[in-house]
Amino acid sequence: MEQVIANGLYLGAQYALIALGLTLIFALMNVLNFAHGQMYVLGGFITYTVYGQLGLPFVVALLASGVTLAVIGALMEKFLFRTVIRRSHREESTMLLAAATAFFFDAVILLLFGEKQRGVPKIVKGVFNDVGIIMPYDRIVVGALAIVFIAAFVLYMQYSRVGRAMRALAQDRVAAQLMGVRVDRYSMIGFAMGAMLAGVVGGLLVTITGVNSGIGGPISIKAFLMVMIGGAGVVGGAIAGGFILGMMESVGLTVLREYGDVTYLVIFAALMVFLSIRPNGLMGKPWG
Amino acid sequence: MINRRSTLKSMALGAVSTLAIAAVGIASAQAENKELKIGFVGVTSGPAAAWGTSNVRSMQTRAAWLNETGGVKIGNDTYNINIVTFDDQKDPKRAIAGMEKMAQEGIHYVVGPNVDDGAAAVRPVAEANGIIYFPYAFPKALYQKPASNAVLGMIANYQSGPAIYKYLKENKGVKKIAFVAANESDPLSQRDSGVEAAKALGLEVVAQNDTYQNDTRDFTPVLTPIVALKPDLLVLSGVAPANAPLLIRAARELGYEGLISTETAQDAKVLEEGAGEYANGFISVGGASTPEIASDEMKEFVTRYTKMFGEYNDESNTKVYALEYILDTLKANPAAINDVAEFKKTMDSFSAPNPFLKGDAKLSYVGATSFGQKRQLSVPMVVNEYKDGAFQTLFVGSVD
Repeated sequence: MEQVIANGLYLGAQYALIALGLTLIFALMNVLNFAHGQMYVLGGFITYTVYGQLGLPFVVALLASGVTLAVIGALMEKFLFRTVIRRSHREESTMLLAAATAFFFDAVILLLFGEKQRGVPKIVKGVFNDVGIIMPYDRIVVGALAIVFIAAFVLYMQYSRVGRAMRALAQDRVAAQLMGVRVDRYSMIGFAMGAMLAGVVGGLLVTITGVNSGIGGPISIKAFLMVMIGGAGVVGGAIAGGFILGMMESVGLTVLREYGDVTYLVIFAALMVFLSIRPNGLMGKPWG
Repeated sequence: MINRRSTLKSMALGAVSTLAIAAVGIASAQAENKELKIGFVGVTSGPAAAWGTSNVRSMQTRAAWLNETGGVKIGNDTYNINIVTFDDQKDPKRAIAGMEKMAQEGIHYVVGPNVDDGAAAVRPVAEANGIIYFPYAFPKALYQKPASNAVLGMIANYQSGPAIYKYLKENKGVKKIAFVAANESDPLSQRDSGVEAAKALGLEVVAQNDTYQNDTRDFTPVLTPIVALKPDLLVLSGVAPANAPLLIRAARELGYEGLISTETAQDAKVLEEGAGEYANGFISVGGASTPEIASDEMKEFVTRYTKMFGEYNDESNTKVYALEYILDTLKANPAAINDVAEFKKTMDSFSAPNPFLKGDAKLSYVGATSFGQKRQLSVPMVVNEYKDGAFQTLFVGSVD
């Protein structure tokens, strides 16, 4: 059982970090970024190229992933989403745009990096094997880094000037604007941060799970699941959603293994019941 | 009077004329050969893109090579090969649309689809439009009568699995076996036939219900309970090349010390990057490019493929064959070029040298034992063992 809990906690930390960027963008702009998974994949491939192919230090690769995705996110907000939000009166327009960018990224990533699964050398070798728990050291490092990143993000959002401005935007866009918050600027920073988080997680996890051009869609779906569990647009909700999903997956795959692949069936069924009782998730707020 | 403007005008006219003459020359040279369209309907995007991409790139490499060396002589005509491709995105509905597109283009020979449900879905379209297709899918109903238009493009797991388990039982002392498969039709059916074969050999099956979502990225929770059962052999049924290194790595990190195998083709580079030395000893089914058996032509194919696409894919060791079979069968009976009934007649007696293997190996249609009719390409069943970045041949079998 110790192993199952350890697996669940590790998965939870990993999932929570994946969901953070998605929920940030949703909170700020009410945009469901369908391209979140593709951004994760792109971050993974950048780390693969810089660390795995060019042989530069892993930290440099991680920075390259984060910075590249931040720039891409900022450009997407400025030239795509801002324009559509300004011109369209229908919320679906941003969803369609997000879906289109997801397909676009899928095609570009496939062209640039090919169809093969890619991986990089382990950042830390060896396996921890004690007190009934087996956990490779690289997973422990990645899990710890994920928790550090999550904590840094929460603190930044809580105490920095930019974080306060973004929270104000998330709470009430019009009121924030009336109070002098530069909506366009902070929306762009928020989108860039969300994209950067996706890129950093992709870079971080390429050391554990590798990356391939086709996993963007499934990653996005998992991120949506976490956000729905925790509550769309709430940072704490995304973190809670990540840990809940990670633990459900780990426990389900052990307890229900004799019944075939019913773990996700059970998770989806539980989610449907849960959302019918709490449509805004654990900590979510109603929109509209 | 000659001025700068008229000089430039003359030079431009000269250049255009030269280009036009050259273009006419090239066009007339190309026009000497007729065009033979061969279709491909398979998955070249999404998580399973590696399967179809290695397929289509093998066809494109071979076609470009043949065209470059003057085309293919079939009967009295010489043809340039044009590969018409369609990405079905692993969706049966799109596979049907792809096969309909092939029919509209008048194509009679199509390679693909890559998976069971796609191959089953296109059957009515192929049969109604006179198309012979070469799926990489294993359901026997596709190849048994009354079906007659599908030709299995590789070795099925129910053919290679028993041979592998028997070899490992006799040579490595395997007694306990565990299966894990993705929750999709192909891997599940491969798992079921694997379990059946293992039981028939008297092996103890300690796990057969464990499955995972195909988009799983972290397999530690999936493998934790299986590793605890300490099987001698862990079979990754129908595993996608993207998932194989992750499963191997997770199993080894959890302390699993037994053997790991699969009946699908894999790529050495992917295993090396994803699992490193953990992949040593991993057993899979390959084709014709291990150094022990590859011919010079196969080596040139690998070189050309690498030059054309930047990197070779070891899955193409198997997928190099389909186009070769189509063209050689048409050479044997040129009347089949627009008449698949003629193609079917030729299949029963067809035999040609296998250009990709050393020695006297032959291309021929097989499958009489498994399907009751010859509806399978005779591809060498090369069982490989991965070792330090490359595959080594463990043993070579065949199917009748």
